[in-house]
Amino acid sequence: MNHTRVATVWLDGCSGCHMSLLDLDERVLDLADRIELVYSPLVDSKEFPEDVSITLVEGAVSTSDDAEKIRLIRERTTLLVSLGDCAVTANIPAMRNRFSVEAVLERAYVHNAAIGGQVPGIEVPRLLKRSRPVHEFVDVDRFLPGCPPPPEAIFNLMSELLDGRPTGSSIITRFGA
Amino acid sequence: MTLTFEDLQGIARIEEDRQEGFRHRIHVCVAAGCLSCQSGLIKDTLEKEVSRRGWENWCNVKGVGCLGLCAAGPLISIQPDGTYYQGVQVSDVSDVLDSLGGEPLSRLDCSGQLPFFQRQKKIVLENCGLIDPERIEEYIGRAGYEALYNAVRLMTPGEVIDEVSAGGLRGRGGAGFPTGLKWTTVFKAVNGTKFVVCNADEGDPGAFMDRSVLESDPHRVIEGMAIAGYAVGAAHGFVYVRAEYPLAVKRLRTAIAHAERFGVLGNNIFNTKFSFKVEVRLGAGAFVCGEETALIASIEGRLGRPRPRPPYPAEFGLWGYPTLINNVETLANIPSIIRRGGSWYSGIGSESSKGTKVFALAGRVNNTGLIEVPMGTTLRDIVFDIGGGIPGDARFKAVQTGGPSGGCIPEQYLDLPIDYESLAEIGSIMGSGGMIVMDEGSCMVDVAKFFMEFCMSESCGKCVPCRVGTTQIYNLLCRISSGTAEPNDPARLEDLCDVVKRTSLCGLGQTAPNPVMSTLRYFGEEYRQHIEDKTCPAGVCQVGGVGEV
Amino acid sequence: MTDRDYFKGKPRTDVNPVRILTFKIDGRDVTAREDETILTVARQNGIFIPTLCHLDGLSERGACRLCMVEVKGSDKLFPACVTLPRQDMEVMTDSPRLNEYRKKILELLFSERNHVCSVCVSNGHCELQDLAVTLGMSHVRYEYLYPRHTIDASHDRFSVDHNRCVLCLRCIRVCDEVEGAHTWDVMGRGILCKVITDLNQPWGTSETCTGCGKCVHVCPTGALSEKGKSVSEMSKRRQFLPYLEMMRRESRK
Repeated sequence: MNHTRVATVWLDGCSGCHMSLLDLDERVLDLADRIELVYSPLVDSKEFPEDVSITLVEGAVSTSDDAEKIRLIRERTTLLVSLGDCAVTANIPAMRNRFSVEAVLERAYVHNAAIGGQVPGIEVPRLLKRSRPVHEFVDVDRFLPGCPPPPEAIFNLMSELLDGRPTGSSIITRFGA
Repeated sequence: MTLTFEDLQGIARIEEDRQEGFRHRIHVCVAAGCLSCQSGLIKDTLEKEVSRRGWENWCNVKGVGCLGLCAAGPLISIQPDGTYYQGVQVSDVSDVLDSLGGEPLSRLDCSGQLPFFQRQKKIVLENCGLIDPERIEEYIGRAGYEALYNAVRLMTPGEVIDEVSAGGLRGRGGAGFPTGLKWTTVFKAVNGTKFVVCNADEGDPGAFMDRSVLESDPHRVIEGMAIAGYAVGAAHGFVYVRAEYPLAVKRLRTAIAHAERFGVLGNNIFNTKFSFKVEVRLGAGAFVCGEETALIASIEGRLGRPRPRPPYPAEFGLWGYPTLINNVETLANIPSIIRRGGSWYSGIGSESSKGTKVFALAGRVNNTGLIEVPMGTTLRDIVFDIGGGIPGDARFKAVQTGGPSGGCIPEQYLDLPIDYESLAEIGSIMGSGGMIVMDEGSCMVDVAKFFMEFCMSESCGKCVPCRVGTTQIYNLLCRISSGTAEPNDPARLEDLCDVVKRTSLCGLGQTAPNPVMSTLRYFGEEYRQHIEDKTCPAGVCQVGGVGEV
Repeated sequence: MTDRDYFKGKPRTDVNPVRILTFKIDGRDVTAREDETILTVARQNGIFIPTLCHLDGLSERGACRLCMVEVKGSDKLFPACVTLPRQDMEVMTDSPRLNEYRKKILELLFSERNHVCSVCVSNGHCELQDLAVTLGMSHVRYEYLYPRHTIDASHDRFSVDHNRCVLCLRCIRVCDEVEGAHTWDVMGRGILCKVITDLNQPWGTSETCTGCGKCVHVCPTGALSEKGKSVSEMSKRRQFLPYLEMMRRESRK
C-alpha cells in the first residue's frame, strides 16, 4: 500500500494543535497505517522534503523565518491545510498587532526580565510588523479552525483527504473551539 | 399684508424704472468664490468712487450672485452693455469707471470668451449675476413670485403637479426621480400634516451648484418651495443647508424675512387659504445627511443616520408625516415651469431628461465655474467649448461626474450626450452636478483613493458593508498606490466593490464603489502599472514603498 | 411617531387598514399581516434567515445586512428584517449568491475588530461565532484591521470590551426602548464608531445607568460581559425581552 506523504509544521502557535492531533489516541494508529510522516516537530527531520502530499500548518506567520518557511512549504506541498485558529486567523499571536514590534520586544525582554533584560539581536528571527494568518502569505487549500481543533475534526479531515472525499461535510469545530 | 397681482406688478414696474434710470449698472459678483478674492472691497471702492465723482444718479453699483466664470474672479459685468471684466483689482476701479460708455478696457475684458457665456442656457441661473440677491424687489422685477401667484390663485394643486409632470422635470439631486411623481405621492398621502424639505446639504467635493443658487437667487428656491407646498398640501417647509455655507445661509435668511414681509410667505398668501412658512435648519457637515432619511433624522434632532426605505419620506417622513424632499436645483426650476408651462420646459433637453442642468466645472479646465446647459449636451462641448479646453494644451484624460458616488469618464465618451441614462450606462451618475476635469497629470488610482477616503470617513457606520467595506477598499488602494500590492488585488477590489454596492443600506454605500469600479474599468492598465511595474505613469503616487513586512 | 415606532410593528393605519396577504418564501405558500416583516413570517414558518442586529423585542435597524433575501423579478437584495411582504411576492432566502454575500459580510465583521474567540468570555455562547459555523465561514479573506480598542471595566459588575463589539447597537436599543435609561449611545462615524455610556464617560461613573444588565444579556458577543466571568463562562439569557414586551402590552390594555 502506498503511504501518503504527510508533513506537519509548527509556526507561531502553542503546539496545542499538535497535541490535539496526538489526542486521537488509538486512531493515530489508523492514520499511521495510511501515511508517512515525512516532516514534523514530532519526528526528527531537519529539512522540509520535496513532494509532500498534505501539510498541516499550525500557527501564525510571525517572523521573517516563518514567512520564508511557509513559502518553501507551499512550493513543496500539494495540499496545504491551515490547522487551528493561529494558522487560520493569527489568533493569539495577533494580539500583539496593536502594538509596535519595539514595544512588544521591550515588554517581553526588558520590562518582564528579572535581571538585566536585553532585546535579543541576531540569534532569533526578526519579528514581522504584524503576525498574520497563513493564507495572507500563500494559498491555502483547506481551513480547519479551532483552538485547538478537536481530535475528531482533525481525524475527519484527514480521513476525507486520504479517501479523496469532499471535505467539510460535518462541522464539528469552530473558531475558538 | 396681503399682496395682489397688481401689487406684485407694481413692485416689478417700480424696480424696472429704477434700473432703467441708471445709464450704467455695474454688477460686482459677491458670491463666495469672488468674495474670497476681495470682490467685496472692489464693490465698496466702486461705490465710494462713484459717489466721489457724483455719478450716483446714473451709475449704479450692486453686488450680484455668481457670474459663472469663477476661475477668472473677481468678476464684474457692465450692463446694459454686457461687458465682462475678469481679475478686477481695486486699482482698476478708476479705469473701469473712466471707460464707461466707451470702449471696454481691453486688459480686463473677457467678453471675448463667448462660448462660455453663449453656449449656456440659463433657467435655474437666469437671475444669477443680474439681481442683487438681498433685494426681493429685484427678484420680483424679474417676474419673481408670479408663478406662485399663478399657482395659488389660478391653478388647483392637481394642475400644478400636472404642469410639473408635463415638464418632465427629474430630481436634480442626482438620482433623477421624476419630480411630478414624487409630488403626486405626497399629494395623495392622506395624513393632514405634510412638510416640504429643500435639500441644500451639498457635500460632493468640487460641487457648488446649490451654494451658488442660494447665494445668487435665494427667492427662486423659496418660491419653488412655496409652490411645492401648495401642490402637495404642506404648510411648512424646511431648508436643510450645511453650516459650511454661511453666506448662503445669511442670504437665505434675509430672503425668507423679506418674503414674509412682502407676504409671499406666511398666512393667506395672495389672499388665499394657502399658508406657508419656511425655516432654515443647519447641517453640521456630515455628507450622509444629504441622504433623505438621514436628513430627516437630523432635522428631527436625532443622529444623522439613514434608515432603510421603504417607507419612503413621501409617506413617512419628518416626524412620521408625509414629506416632500427636493434638491435646491429641482425647486429652482419650478417657478420657470409654472410661469412658462410644462410643454415649454419639456422642449428643452434630451428624450429622457428634460430641461437644463447646472454643473460646477472644476479641475484641469480653463474656464472653471458655474454653468448651465441643456440636458443632452456632450461632454466635449462642456469641456472644450464652454470650459475652454485644458490649460497648457495638456491631454484630456477623464471627467469625473457625480462626486464620490460617480465615476470617471474616459476620452472615448466625450461625444456622449449627457443625461441620467447615458451616464449610468457608462458607470457614472449625473449626481448633483459636480464635474471635475482631469488631464494626464492625474493618476486614476489616486483619484479613486481620494474619493474612497472621502466615503470611508463620511460613512455613518451603521451598516457593515459600508463601514468596513469602504475601509478595506481604501486600504487596498493605498497598497496599490504605494506599490506594495499583489497581482490579484484588482480582483479583490472588484469583489469588495460588489459587496459594498449590493448590500449597503443607503445610497452612500451603494454608490461609493463607483469611482473605483469606473477607473478599474477604463484605466485598468494604470492599476496594472502600479502593481506590476511599480510605476505611477502620472507621477503622482509614491510607488516603490516598502511592504508591511 | 418616529420611524422606530414604525418598525415596532405598529399597524400602518395611517396608510390603510391591515390586510392579510399571501406570498411565497422558498416556494412555500405563507400568509402574513401586511405589517409583518419577511423575517417574522419566515421565522413563524421555521425558515432560517441569519441575523445579527435583529433581536425579538427590539426595534429593527436593518444594519447588519445578513438577512438579505432575494425577491423574484428584482435584481436587488432586500433586508428581510425591515421588508414588508406584498401579495404574491416570491422570496428566496437561500441561494449560492446570498450565502456568498452573507459570508463576505460576516468576514468583514471579523476583520473589523479583534475577535479572538479562544480567549473570549463568550467563547461558545457567541452569535458571531455561531454565524461563522452556520454560514460555513472557514476563514476571513479580507485583511484584519487590528484597531486599538480599549476595555472599560469601571463599572462594579459589568465591563465593555470594544475589541469584541460588532456595533449591532442592541445595547443602545434595549437601554432606550426597554429600560428607558438611554445610557448607551454611539459616537463617531464609519469605522471609528464606538458605543459609549453617557457622553463617553466611564461606565462606572454613569449617573443614568440603572445597572439592570439588560445590555449585557442582549449583546451577541463578548463585548459586554459580567465581571468575574472567565473564558467561555459568559452565557447570555434573553428570554426576558419577549416577556417584558408582553407584560407591557397587557398592562396597556
